[in-house]
Amino acid sequence: MNAATPIVAAEALTKRFAESVAVNGLTFSVDRGEIFGLVGPDGAGKTTTMRMLAGVLSPDAGSIVVDSVDVVADPEAAKQHISYMPQRFGLYEDLTVDENIRFYADLFEVPSVLREERAARLLAASGMSQFRARLAGQLSGGMKQKLGLTCALVHTPRVVLLDEPTTGVDPVSRRDFWRILYGLRDEGVTILISTAYLDEAERCNRLALLHGGRVLYCDTPVALKRHMPGALIVITSSAGRKARAAIAGIAGVSNVILVGDGIHAVVNDARLRIPELRQALETNDVPFSGIAVGEPSIEDVFVALLGNAGAPR
Amino acid sequence: MNGSQNAEPQIVAEDLVKRFGSFVAVDHVSFRVGRGEILGFLGPNGAGKSTIIRILCGLLRPSAGRALVAGIDVARDPERVRERIGYMSQKFSLYRDLNVEENLKFFGGIYRVPRAELAERMRFAIDMAGLGGREHALVSNLAGGWQQRLALGCAVLHRPPILFLDEPTSGVEPASRRRFWDLIHALAADGVSILVSTHYMDEAEYCHRAALINRGRLIAIGSPEELKSTALGGDLLLLECDALGATLAVLQQAPGVIDCSVFGDSLHVLVDNAERSLRELPDYLAQKNLPPTRLARIHPSFEDVFVQLIAVDSAERRAAA
Amino acid sequence: MKWHRLKAIAVKEVLQIWRDPRSLMIALLLPFTQMFLLGYGVNLDLKHLPVCTFDREGSQLSQALFKHFQASQYFTIARNVTSYAELTAAIDDATCGFAIVVPPDFSERLNDTGSALVQAILDASDDNTANLALGYATAVVTGYSANVQLHWLDRQGRPLQQIEPMVVQSRVWFNEDLESRNFIIPGLVAVIMALVGAQLTSLTIAREWERGTMELLVSTPVKPVELMFGKLAPYLVLGWLDAAFCLAIAALWFAVPFRGTLFTLFFTTTLFLMVVLSIGYLLSVLIRSQVGASQVALVVTMLPTVLLSGYVFPIDQMPTVVQDITYLLYSRYYVTILKAVFLKGSGIPELMTPILFLVVYAAAVMVLAARSFRKRLD
Repeated sequence: MNAATPIVAAEALTKRFAESVAVNGLTFSVDRGEIFGLVGPDGAGKTTTMRMLAGVLSPDAGSIVVDSVDVVADPEAAKQHISYMPQRFGLYEDLTVDENIRFYADLFEVPSVLREERAARLLAASGMSQFRARLAGQLSGGMKQKLGLTCALVHTPRVVLLDEPTTGVDPVSRRDFWRILYGLRDEGVTILISTAYLDEAERCNRLALLHGGRVLYCDTPVALKRHMPGALIVITSSAGRKARAAIAGIAGVSNVILVGDGIHAVVNDARLRIPELRQALETNDVPFSGIAVGEPSIEDVFVALLGNAGAPR
Repeated sequence: MNGSQNAEPQIVAEDLVKRFGSFVAVDHVSFRVGRGEILGFLGPNGAGKSTIIRILCGLLRPSAGRALVAGIDVARDPERVRERIGYMSQKFSLYRDLNVEENLKFFGGIYRVPRAELAERMRFAIDMAGLGGREHALVSNLAGGWQQRLALGCAVLHRPPILFLDEPTSGVEPASRRRFWDLIHALAADGVSILVSTHYMDEAEYCHRAALINRGRLIAIGSPEELKSTALGGDLLLLECDALGATLAVLQQAPGVIDCSVFGDSLHVLVDNAERSLRELPDYLAQKNLPPTRLARIHPSFEDVFVQLIAVDSAERRAAA
Repeated sequence: MKWHRLKAIAVKEVLQIWRDPRSLMIALLLPFTQMFLLGYGVNLDLKHLPVCTFDREGSQLSQALFKHFQASQYFTIARNVTSYAELTAAIDDATCGFAIVVPPDFSERLNDTGSALVQAILDASDDNTANLALGYATAVVTGYSANVQLHWLDRQGRPLQQIEPMVVQSRVWFNEDLESRNFIIPGLVAVIMALVGAQLTSLTIAREWERGTMELLVSTPVKPVELMFGKLAPYLVLGWLDAAFCLAIAALWFAVPFRGTLFTLFFTTTLFLMVVLSIGYLLSVLIRSQVGASQVALVVTMLPTVLLSGYVFPIDQMPTVVQDITYLLYSRYYVTILKAVFLKGSGIPELMTPILFLVVYAAAVMVLAARSFRKRLD
């Protein structure tokens, strides 16, 4: 097995629940040592996919291979080298931080000396060293997530699966969290992280944009943005709605959204459209202080890629 | 309405405090919201956003401080306040086993919308939500975005001049979220004052002003532009290079650099002055044999802003303690 | 099976039990209160039954009969009535539940024909008591009648020593005082242990599913067998404590005679605990909701044990079909064992059959529980 073989390979994964199809022919692969994002809004199939990768849910069709182990055929073998952190806090609220760590270390048979050293290091990185004796149920949301990560890493997994670990977490904890993940990446651990925060996708090496149980797009964030159909124009104005109304009719303009200090518009060709936009604004007496090409966010790209068909089902 | 009434703030919070036992959920929060203004409450889970909203709706009594909604003191007269507000709670609180029309009728009754007006208001709500033709669909069969818009419709049936929306965009996909913000802007243009809370930091962009809440305190309030330009205390640069770790270490010592962190495959560098650093850093790094492949100025995200503000706030708390 | 993992699970469970007031209450308070409530509350003996007497003759013989009733510990003369109307009223207002009427021609008939009838009137709205009372009354009358016979033979001039009246001398084995308490209390211990044991374990797996911790646990290499033994171990210890508690109350407080050995008691109790704990665990595996699992556990342990284990209602009085069904009931064996160990002083060799049944039962349920546990969300 050479270094070029992907460490995680999912092929045509399908999972149905009662009436709906949660995952519909999903295919992607993750290279060793990268941070890979499964990105998409709620209902896109992220959690279902994560659970199948972790071997706690069996797919109706398709295959998953993690580190040369067929997860569908032999989930227990796969679990030796995978760490899974579910979306809902999965630790024992009536046990202390230390007791939780010790429990998971024992489950994975980590020798106590090693366990001590790793736990101390991870807790320090999370800023939780002085909370070791606190009951897990009394931690803040961000600290709970960091504890979950610590328990997931106390043994040395080859692949870490994190299901929306930073949802609703305070930004400082989120930074700590990502700092730990970057440190892991340096050690050669592969990380799969799912998130509904499209901007968090920018922190990943590569990402798969999910929608309706399928992969819409799979590449690096930079390449993804280059894939943006058209360009994003930022118009700074105090009369956003008026501005929007003024430019809405222009051909080649789509996806105009109101923001606090103006509007963002997606156009098919910046060079051509900007003068037209300027013209329309002036004609309609819309006060504006700036009109320029802006950097699209991943969310802008996502919405544009889905087009107007991406409007709610 | 005369000019002075237009200037009258619709929501006033003065030194609001709420304690649960020894835990301080809301710590001396003050702010105002004017007519037709959208104020965003940004902050992580547990910061106190929902608690503040519940106090303003008359659902919780403040431990100290004053809250005025539509000129009415909330603690003294919560019932009268409720006639003047619309409230959308987290998780939407629609009846899942009733259909669209039944939900609207129910809330119409609860808010005592006059019979003559109800039909027209229901039509308005259905159109706003885009649910024309689906009036008899069971709520449980509607996708998240539809439920969200329907819940908003139910909250405005009685034309309240003030709206409280508690995390209305949680768990809803981006296109629906944008559409929802459009609706909010439309309502604001009609003069409705709107207080919206969210844990998506970047949604501050959509608001007229945003208030950042962390651990019960309001640590900053201002327009999106104000927050981004003043809070950070510097300019943000994006740097791409081959040796992330080494470059990071070197940059921590570089002149003009306030802070530096990894971001995906690149580095975010906080500097005193963007122009100066854009000129000087490439040479500085080249001398250390770590020439960057790309260096550009970027706009800070609200998360960057928030982190910086929290750091300042934490320092202040420590100094005060 | 890895020892480390098993130990980790057991330690975690102990910590959780210790910090959960609800579990502790079930474990400690419940048996205590049940022992006293039911121990004192359930009493099948009849003593000092209030009786009304209606002497329509008023002779020496009738008075002698009534004296026999008075002398018996089972009866107390509540009132002497003088009319049927008064008698009915007395039964109606529960002054007595039982009345003896001696007819006006009692002595005459006795002397003439050698036999006479005595009327007994019962309040049969409590069927059980009525039947027992009738039984006792018959015994009293038979005793009296034997005396009369002897008397009569005597007067006939037949020397007493020529007749050897057949008297049934009954000797009660094992429960000489016929104290119902002595056979109820051991059965009661079985009922309580069945109830408590299953309740304790019925929550353990379901709780982890409901709280979300199970999702994480099943993504680790832990084996279902390790999980089962790790979780059962602390509850076994709790079960021992409870059983010791209840048995001590039985022997020391209720003074049920204890003639067996502590070792036999410990051994058989351990077997029974393993059965009921596994049953609770199995339910927890099959029913992923705490409320559901504990309710089903209640129904599956309490009801059959109270009704069919031989605790109060004798098995051999049940219809044959039902008797066959009780062979499937684990608590039946333990009730048998407890009564035998307490009152007969039986040891393991004598109890081989019920012991083997319990062993097979425990093994079967545990295998079933381990197999049923799926490390999957769906």
